[in-house]
Amino acid sequence: MSALLATVRRRVVGPREELPARIAFAIVAFLLIVVAPSMLSDFRLGLLAKYLVFAIVAVGIALAWGRGGMLVLGQGLFFGLGGYAMAMHLQLAEAPDGQPPAFMTLTGAEHVPGIWGPFESTAFTLAMVVLLPMLAATLLGLLVFRSRVRGPYFAILTQALAAAFVIFLVGQQQFSGGTNGLTVMTFFGLDLADPDDKRTLYLIVVAVLALVFLIGRQLVRSRYGRLLVAVRDAEDRVRFLGYDPTLVKVVAFAASAGMAGLAGALFVPVVGIISPASLGIVPSIEMVIWVAVGGRLSLAGAIAGAVLVNYAKTELSEQLPSAWLYGQGLLFVVVVAFAPRGIAGIGEWLRENRGRLRRGRDATPAAATTVEEGA
Amino acid sequence: MLLAACGSDSGDSGSGGGGGGDTIKVGVLHSLSGTMAISEVSVKDAELLAIEELNAEGGVLGKKIEPVVEDGASDWPTFAEKAQKLISQDKVAATFGGWTSASRKAMLPVFERNKALLYYPVQYEGLEASPYIFYSGATTNQQIIPALEYLKTEKKAKSLYLVGSDYVFPRTANKEIKAWAAANGVKVLGEEYAPLGSTEFSTIVNKVKAANPDAVFNTLNGDSNVAFFKQLEGAGLPATKLPVVSVSIAEDEVRGIGASKVEGQIVAWNYYQTTPGAANEKFVAAYKKKYGAKRVTDDPIEAAYLQVKLWAAAVEKAGSTDVEKVKAASKGLTYDAPEGKVTIDGDNQHIYKTARIGVIQPDGLIKTVWESKGPIKPDPFLKTYPWAKGL
Repeated sequence: MSALLATVRRRVVGPREELPARIAFAIVAFLLIVVAPSMLSDFRLGLLAKYLVFAIVAVGIALAWGRGGMLVLGQGLFFGLGGYAMAMHLQLAEAPDGQPPAFMTLTGAEHVPGIWGPFESTAFTLAMVVLLPMLAATLLGLLVFRSRVRGPYFAILTQALAAAFVIFLVGQQQFSGGTNGLTVMTFFGLDLADPDDKRTLYLIVVAVLALVFLIGRQLVRSRYGRLLVAVRDAEDRVRFLGYDPTLVKVVAFAASAGMAGLAGALFVPVVGIISPASLGIVPSIEMVIWVAVGGRLSLAGAIAGAVLVNYAKTELSEQLPSAWLYGQGLLFVVVVAFAPRGIAGIGEWLRENRGRLRRGRDATPAAATTVEEGA
Repeated sequence: MLLAACGSDSGDSGSGGGGGGDTIKVGVLHSLSGTMAISEVSVKDAELLAIEELNAEGGVLGKKIEPVVEDGASDWPTFAEKAQKLISQDKVAATFGGWTSASRKAMLPVFERNKALLYYPVQYEGLEASPYIFYSGATTNQQIIPALEYLKTEKKAKSLYLVGSDYVFPRTANKEIKAWAAANGVKVLGEEYAPLGSTEFSTIVNKVKAANPDAVFNTLNGDSNVAFFKQLEGAGLPATKLPVVSVSIAEDEVRGIGASKVEGQIVAWNYYQTTPGAANEKFVAAYKKKYGAKRVTDDPIEAAYLQVKLWAAAVEKAGSTDVEKVKAASKGLTYDAPEGKVTIDGDNQHIYKTARIGVIQPDGLIKTVWESKGPIKPDPFLKTYPWAKGL
């Protein structure tokens, strides 16, 4: 009987050391699913949905950068691939029968561009939203990791690709909508002007974020996750042990790209528009900043960083429309200077130094914990 | 942290009702940061000046006007988001905002969806007439087509070369220019686009030189103009040898580029700081008094100013800030603007405007060298031009 109880307890609550994390997860889920929709106005809920979309990107970056040591400065590329795939489908779905999609009235093209064709299909679009970025990241990863490109060279390369993607979209106006981007009004039958439908969309975003978080957490805690950290810290040693670091890195990079693509696809209905302005070098760097502020070593920290930074951005720009950028800049400086491991790092620092704080400064420091625990 | 963010975020739920008190709130939504800030900050200033003047005269409907300023940050989704914020949080009676066509296209569905009003102050490529937007800048037939007619009749240009930044306005404008040229026996010798913000023009300048056109039609934006004109001059093609007509350079841009680099070049607008008339003298003096003697007024600044006044006049006439009543009251509404008398066209909510071709002077101001006979009726879809069929 007691054995049975123990099993139930282990299944539901998990091992004792995981209890706080699980309780925190339940509280945040409760806040997001029950409290936020009943407390926030439609407009604020829409903004929260956007922050959570960005949090999906942040989880991917924490995985690739925090765990894998790959500084991905071009996530805008993957975000854009997912976003444009979704926007193309939605514009085709919205167009009245026999009419071209909305953006084409601007360019004056008579026929739907060939590349749009397959995006008529819902299944194809939903698959491409994740697969297209993953495929791109896999190809890129195989190419560059094999030739042992890493560190700043890899970061610059990803950034250059994001920049090239923006130039491509602006130049290929006849099928991308150029700088204007693509605007959408509906999302699989949801009317994006209707408050109830927007709430549904918000809940979809929460569900996807939860799923992405759990997948990321599973990856981090698996044998693969340990291997990824090992590659980050000592790639050559891992190679001598008989593993192929290229594959290890490609998996994390592709996973982060898939998450960015998924986020891009949700960004489109949440915000109503996708344009090159959201994908270039500056937005790509901002994405990394969210994670730096939140703490790159922790997936939960990355989520908190994305929500906090974007919330601060909204709040500051509403209060100080002419000077908010300075406030935001100050926030980054303070975080990087005083909490280099981000917000999540503050908690860890407190834990590590608890003994020292209590016993005074003469005592020996507590054993440095490896920053390993993922969620 | 999530918790803190959510908690404080919920603080302002259930707020609103901004129009209900002693003030009437209006939105002012321009890029105050990012690449477009250089142009849009002046436009915001003009709108705030107009609001201040109205308030000094007692406001509208006996209430003070309270501007709510937001930053579009040169980012189109931000424009859409802030527009939604102004409508649903601040409950503004109308919003004055935007510069680039991209920002307008991003805001358009938001205003249509919420049945709220946007006043847009910049000349644009036409082919649009949203029932919830008032367009106080020129459409193509009030700026580009008069400029082309001027080149053909006054400058006797038989061939043109098109140079523009790579985005929607230049590409759409050039499509219209090519259709006009085909119908008017003017040859278009080439069409080149540079990425926004590009400063490398040697290839384009060489192509222009090789083609040897009678004139260049320039739709480049912002900083690119500095490099383009410099390299054009370096290639031995000053204004006296090869006239360049620009539709995106006004006094404020000349101030940024430096008058010496564009002296003698031709521009096409509906208003210049030098436009004669008592209304303009008063406007220029008030603008310089508030923002400094070095500041200049120009077409978008004037359009931004006049659109606030037009909205106020419509509200007074309607006796209400109700969107449908303001729209109805706006039909045929006239106002003595700095550029002269303007009238709102009830059908497409554009404005009758006088076209003016100007030449940039050494002091950075622009002298009118030709103007249309009275205000031109706005025709955003170019329905009255046979050559424009099929655009």
